[in-house]
Amino acid sequence: MIAVVGLVIGVVAGLVLQPTVPVALQPYLPIAVVAALDALFGGLRALLDGLFDDKVFLVSFLSNVVVAAFIVFLGDQLGVGSQLSTAVVVVLGIRIFSNAAAIRRHLFKA
Amino acid sequence: MTSTDDPRDARDDDPQPQEAVDADATTETRGADEPAGSGPEAVTKDASGPAMAAPGGWRRLGEALRPRLSRSQLLAGILCAALGFALVVQVQQSSSDQLSSARQEDLVRLLDEVTQRADRLDDEVARLEATRDELASGTGQAQAALELARERAQSEGILSGRLPAEGPGVEISILDPDGNLTAAQLFNVLEELRNAGAEAIELNGARLVTSSWFVDRDGVIVVDDQELASPYRWTAIGDPATISPALEIPGGAFATVRNKGARVTLLSHDLVQVTAVRAPEEPQFARPQEPRE
Repeated sequence: MIAVVGLVIGVVAGLVLQPTVPVALQPYLPIAVVAALDALFGGLRALLDGLFDDKVFLVSFLSNVVVAAFIVFLGDQLGVGSQLSTAVVVVLGIRIFSNAAAIRRHLFKA
Repeated sequence: MTSTDDPRDARDDDPQPQEAVDADATTETRGADEPAGSGPEAVTKDASGPAMAAPGGWRRLGEALRPRLSRSQLLAGILCAALGFALVVQVQQSSSDQLSSARQEDLVRLLDEVTQRADRLDDEVARLEATRDELASGTGQAQAALELARERAQSEGILSGRLPAEGPGVEISILDPDGNLTAAQLFNVLEELRNAGAEAIELNGARLVTSSWFVDRDGVIVVDDQELASPYRWTAIGDPATISPALEIPGGAFATVRNKGARVTLLSHDLVQVTAVRAPEEPQFARPQEPRE
């Protein structure tokens, strides 16, 4: 419940404050968001598996975000930034899908 | 389905081992999760609906959603808040301006493309404008030439008898009941009309042109191979104020006609119509002179 409330608070804060993303962060924010979504779905799945651990959730959340942003940063330095960000999004998308499938099995038994 | 899902399917089919794992992993008491359990938790979860069909998943979700100020709940809340914030910011960013989130090399490439395209379009604009000007002046000249040709064709058509005409003029009626008139008197009238500036002349339905001729044939007056009979009705387009006195000159056309015993009436009109036409004949020998440079 607190997680849902936190999500709502974050959305409202983003809508109200309407901050501008710093130019340096602009290429990494979308990737970081996708990575965070992946971590969130992973956490939800672990919760339904009964394996949820707050430390693991925190570390995986932050490391997902940082690693995804770092990969894109590295790609930018190597001149393959757009391709690498596509790769990261594809991988994270697949993970999100498989996590969502597991969650669906837990909830609907199908 | 990917192969990684298969173990999970197996576990779903057999809830018992999963319960055991859950009990090991968390501090929650698993006894309340049993469907047969009569504890207050089980009752509330069953009343919430889908928990009946899928007790494990929904129950765990419901318990997780139950507000408790535990460390993991707080942590998840904070992280979810961060995620929501970032999500909304990114959505607004990308919806407000597509270019601001693009990479530098993409922007450079985009700029190159736009510049090249603008150059090409500029060239095309210049080319099309040149074509348009050319066409405009061309059509203007052609239009003027066409107008001139049309006007000339009209005026020459009237003068040559090819076109019907109307305008101010006179109507002359010569009554010759005794048949005393000859071709010479009528030709005299025609000459006098021409001298007075008549531009289109009709006599008893025959258009008189430059090549018209009169002749006496067996006591009948013939004009352009057409036999005439009294009354001779002329229609002439021209200035009535000039034509009328010209014909009435003492010793002139009307005087000779009256001398032959015929009666003449002349009426001036603001508008008379010469409807008879004569198709011009192709010149047999004469041809247009080559323009000399």
